[in-house]
Amino acid sequence: MHQLIREMFHKAFGSSPDAHDSAVLKIPQNKIAFTTDSFVVRPLFFPGGDIGSLSIHGTVNDLAMSGAEPLWLTASFIIEEGLPMETLWKIVSSMARAAESAKVKIVTGDTKVVERGHGDGIYINTAGVGVLHHDLHIHPHSVRAGDIILLSGDVGRHGMAVMSSRESLEFETTIQSDSAPVAAPVLDLLKAGLNLHCLRDCTRGGLITTLNEIASSANLSFEIHESAIPIQPEVQGACEMLGLDPFYVANEGAFVIFVAEKEAKLALEILKSHIQTAQACQIGQVLEDGVAPVLIKNTLGTRRIAPVLSGEQLPRIC
Amino acid sequence: MKYQDEYREKDSVQAYAHALSKITTQPWKIMEVCGGQTHSIVKYGIDELLPPQIELLHGPGCPVCVTPIEYIDKAISIAKNNPKVIFCSFGDMLRVPGTDEDLYAAKAKGADVRVVYSPLDAVDIARKNPNREVVFFAVGFETTAPANAMAVDQAYKEKLKNFSLLVSHVLVPPALEALLGSPSNSIQGFLAAGHVCTIMGTNEYLPISEKYKVPIVVTGFEPLDILQGVYMLIQQLEEGRHNVENQYERCVKSQGNLPAQNKIRQVFQVIPRTWRGLGEIPQSGFRLNSLYEKYDAENKFGPVANPIKENSLCHIGEVLQGQIKPHQCPSFGKLCTPENPLGATMVSNEGACAAYFHYRSHS
Repeated sequence: MHQLIREMFHKAFGSSPDAHDSAVLKIPQNKIAFTTDSFVVRPLFFPGGDIGSLSIHGTVNDLAMSGAEPLWLTASFIIEEGLPMETLWKIVSSMARAAESAKVKIVTGDTKVVERGHGDGIYINTAGVGVLHHDLHIHPHSVRAGDIILLSGDVGRHGMAVMSSRESLEFETTIQSDSAPVAAPVLDLLKAGLNLHCLRDCTRGGLITTLNEIASSANLSFEIHESAIPIQPEVQGACEMLGLDPFYVANEGAFVIFVAEKEAKLALEILKSHIQTAQACQIGQVLEDGVAPVLIKNTLGTRRIAPVLSGEQLPRIC
Repeated sequence: MKYQDEYREKDSVQAYAHALSKITTQPWKIMEVCGGQTHSIVKYGIDELLPPQIELLHGPGCPVCVTPIEYIDKAISIAKNNPKVIFCSFGDMLRVPGTDEDLYAAKAKGADVRVVYSPLDAVDIARKNPNREVVFFAVGFETTAPANAMAVDQAYKEKLKNFSLLVSHVLVPPALEALLGSPSNSIQGFLAAGHVCTIMGTNEYLPISEKYKVPIVVTGFEPLDILQGVYMLIQQLEEGRHNVENQYERCVKSQGNLPAQNKIRQVFQVIPRTWRGLGEIPQSGFRLNSLYEKYDAENKFGPVANPIKENSLCHIGEVLQGQIKPHQCPSFGKLCTPENPLGATMVSNEGACAAYFHYRSHS
């Protein structure tokens, strides 16, 4: 185990000369953001990412959604006995690359090995600390009627990439996960002095679930324009074939931004200047009240409710 | 996306809606047979685009919804009581409530229940797990029957002994006859299910249309398909005609898919079937024929029990026959929700109650 830690984790993530039972870090004067997430994805490798990069992006993005600059992460591994060392190396290297590109440091961690059959190869937990350079309350409670709802990019890619990889569904083109760190564009929005009301990444349950969570918490109603939401044709095609709604499919990079109408244009310009949010667009607006938390205006011009689904989406029979 | 966007295009849809309002002179009640069409109608608000005289009744064409409760119970019992069994099913069967629980709950309690995307995936699981018994839940209409028949035939050719089907297959035309023959029938025309007709063709609807003097338009699933189908149907009704017409020509040929039909005939035989909410309908379903009977899960794990009574608070029968709209059921949205469904129509991707719950205001 010591050898594993020394030769793999320290090598990949770096080590401090005064390494001990905990990392000792100097906290800046400002407020900090602190979050944790566990990653149990199957398969471990999928087009556009793997459990390692996902475990970094997920936590970095959760920090970014508070408008925090991500600084430090922890990484804990629960490894199933028999996981090939080569696989672990690939995952750890991917984490190191992801951490570097997200400009965060993995400062402490833990490793446990469980008996064969007691885990899906590997589970990873990461926790993260970020620092806030602003006094905004980026939260659903700050959302106001009239706010513009922006979306950072196309939706549905991560869920469909993982599903097609897990179920060996073969499509003509490979759907790549959108897994990416998004702190940089968020920090740029803040640097420009924009008064961001709310940010949230559209992970589990996808775009519509995320919007419902915010709308319910804010006690407001959102109207979304279906035709404004970008979806890659291959994602749309795969969803149509399986009877899934891409608006409920998980993302790992896409996030929503709520800003006052007068700030929406500048916010979009800044987002579009970053590669990971180049497809950012306006998808809707916050209403004073409505018959449901989230309403979708579809391509035909009619409106319908877009509720939270009970449980995960299941592929239909025909 | 090609073959999709053009059928969801606002101007074309509105042009048909406008044309419909011009030709409709009196009230008409028409039924869309398929649950996929119901979902499209409710999701896109197509009923709101129609002239007020046209009422759409939602039909029984949801394979998950009409699978009898005793078959769900049998599926759960096979999965739970036989540790060697890998029970395979299409995804949307897992949440359908049986008497006490659903297949999801059985899975959570340790039963090996797996979602597959094709019955041939279940054959593959059987091939790779010779020491396990693989059972596939073969439900659905004529649409899914060819693939299920192919799976059994594949297992037969490979002499796989550890594969079987729990069969609850039903057929559309006998159900239409049952609806039309009911004394309370108010249906004046049908939008028939495009994908069923892709397999079976349109000819088997000719005698029904003739006998009951009812127009039938084979219709697709996109908004423009449905509006065009409604237009063709109303045109017939207004002109006093009752023909079988085909709106879904890009997929459906009058003779259907002959190799698929041959495969169905090779493997299945027609029998009376009980439909959840509708009761027994003569000659309305399939079972495996004698050549393939050793692949019948009922032969391996015992027969399905006698019909079980539905929860009296669930009005699934009236919903599936178009006699009430989902929100007119007293339990809708109160005692019955997707989290705690009383009936299958509240959980299926093609169930009318689920469509109303998801896309409409509950008040």
